[in-house]
Amino acid sequence: MVTTDNIIETRGLSVTFGESTDTNRVVDDVSFHIRHGEAYGLIGESGCGKSTILRAIVGLNPDYDGEIFFQSQTVPHRRDKSFFRRMQMVFQDPYASLHPRKIVHQVLAEPLRIHGLDRHEERISDVLEAVGLGRDFRFRYPHELSGGQRQRVAIARALIIEPQVLLLDEPTSALDVSVQAEILNLLKKLRRERGLTYLLVTHDLAVVAHICERIGMMHCGKIIEELSADEVRGMRAVKDYTRDFLAASVGSRAGRIDQEMLPS
Amino acid sequence: MDKPLIDIRDLWIRFPGVHRSIDAVRGISLTIGREKVGIVGESGSGKSLTGRAILKLAPNSARITARRMDFDGIDLLAAPERKMRAIRGNRISMILQDPKFSLNPLMRIGNQIMEAYRLHHRVSIAEAKRRALAMLEAVHIRDPERVFMQLPHEVSGGMGQRIMIAMMLIPEPDLIIADEPTSALDVTVRRQVLSILDELVTRRGTGLMFISHDLNLVADFCDRVLVMYAGRIMEDMPARELHNAQHPYTRALLNSLPRLDHPVEELRVPSRDPAWLHEKVIERRENV
Repeated sequence: MVTTDNIIETRGLSVTFGESTDTNRVVDDVSFHIRHGEAYGLIGESGCGKSTILRAIVGLNPDYDGEIFFQSQTVPHRRDKSFFRRMQMVFQDPYASLHPRKIVHQVLAEPLRIHGLDRHEERISDVLEAVGLGRDFRFRYPHELSGGQRQRVAIARALIIEPQVLLLDEPTSALDVSVQAEILNLLKKLRRERGLTYLLVTHDLAVVAHICERIGMMHCGKIIEELSADEVRGMRAVKDYTRDFLAASVGSRAGRIDQEMLPS
Repeated sequence: MDKPLIDIRDLWIRFPGVHRSIDAVRGISLTIGREKVGIVGESGSGKSLTGRAILKLAPNSARITARRMDFDGIDLLAAPERKMRAIRGNRISMILQDPKFSLNPLMRIGNQIMEAYRLHHRVSIAEAKRRALAMLEAVHIRDPERVFMQLPHEVSGGMGQRIMIAMMLIPEPDLIIADEPTSALDVTVRRQVLSILDELVTRRGTGLMFISHDLNLVADFCDRVLVMYAGRIMEDMPARELHNAQHPYTRALLNSLPRLDHPVEELRVPSRDPAWLHEKVIERRENV
């Protein structure tokens, strides 16, 4: 049953691409829920459908079967403005997701204008402050910013209309480790301060365990298993595929240099 | 240690500008023998540029100076383009980040591999084909005959990168420069590609310069690690010593990674000290 605790819930969500004989079911009968204020992570190999779920939820993929609930209400396939007011998305590559010929101020003012919000200057200064940039950045073009600063602008753009949910599609995989640390800290801080709900898609286990409380393991369009962050850290998975995935992730990157895992 | 393959002393790469020049690489010295050397650093630290400078593929605007830049006794700085062409691919080859951009999209995979071989060896087409198929098998491609006839868009990223490795290894080079060879790949595929690269490099005794931003990956995979920051080498150490890294920058990079076995509320963000640009390299060799 749909309870009021759940901010997002999907039931039997399926997405199919292609025509009659040549179809490809990318998301296959996925049902999961995210509670208010929770951070939920989806992990899996590329092509397993994790980004497609994100796109279906946010409405970039209007052709899906099954139902998506937002705060216990079924959302229509064509989303309306009030929906986007409450849910925003941050994309993987900050180099591609900002308009190259718009200054930061224009980028941030557009959502305010669309949603008819007041006090533009004040809101823009506030949100830039919140993402750690400061208001002096208003008149810069994206090419005048570093990768980390651009991702901060992308986060600011999502936050400026004060949504309840942020959908994050690999928000740090295009960034250096030191910059990744900054952005992950920022995401944690913003969630704490504003009580946001996150849905994070990534293939980096350490990142997902750092940010999220619950994690869904995806394989071939299905969520095959749900784990808590502690279960991921302890490698306590039930399904063989999940165990292999966890082992592979730890094998090559491993935050475990202290242990004797290095070749001798 | 026998004679190093690459011997670089005091390499500077400068991009002259109208108002000010930018030094992308500032006086680095390194040697690479028949071993696996990892070069790690953030973007802009000059690691890729160093790799390209060895092949003299740096942008035309770059001014490259060095007291010495030798490859197996050949002075690369003085080598004319004609000589460089004989070295590139044949003796030093390069694996790039994304197979999508480095394979010719209009050429069948087999023909690309054969071309790589026939450019440097005078053999018949039949012989080249035989070798190309053997090479595809060596990179663990299950159905080499079928893949041989495929076009690059028909294979997955992991397979594409294995094809790149096959193509780069078939002329049997002495040194391979791998510039982020696995960062476009999934974790599950990454490991497989690395173990194949490792197997082939070790078996043939090829030198490997492995450029990456992933410290732990490099520590797992390489024999020696060089840490670069702002165009300088900060630290040079055996890979297994990485967890005992001395330099504050290396330590800071390690600490900035989220860790599975050690949850923290907030990650440490590296702070930078301008004095690092002038201090000496911390160098540790294994005592053998």
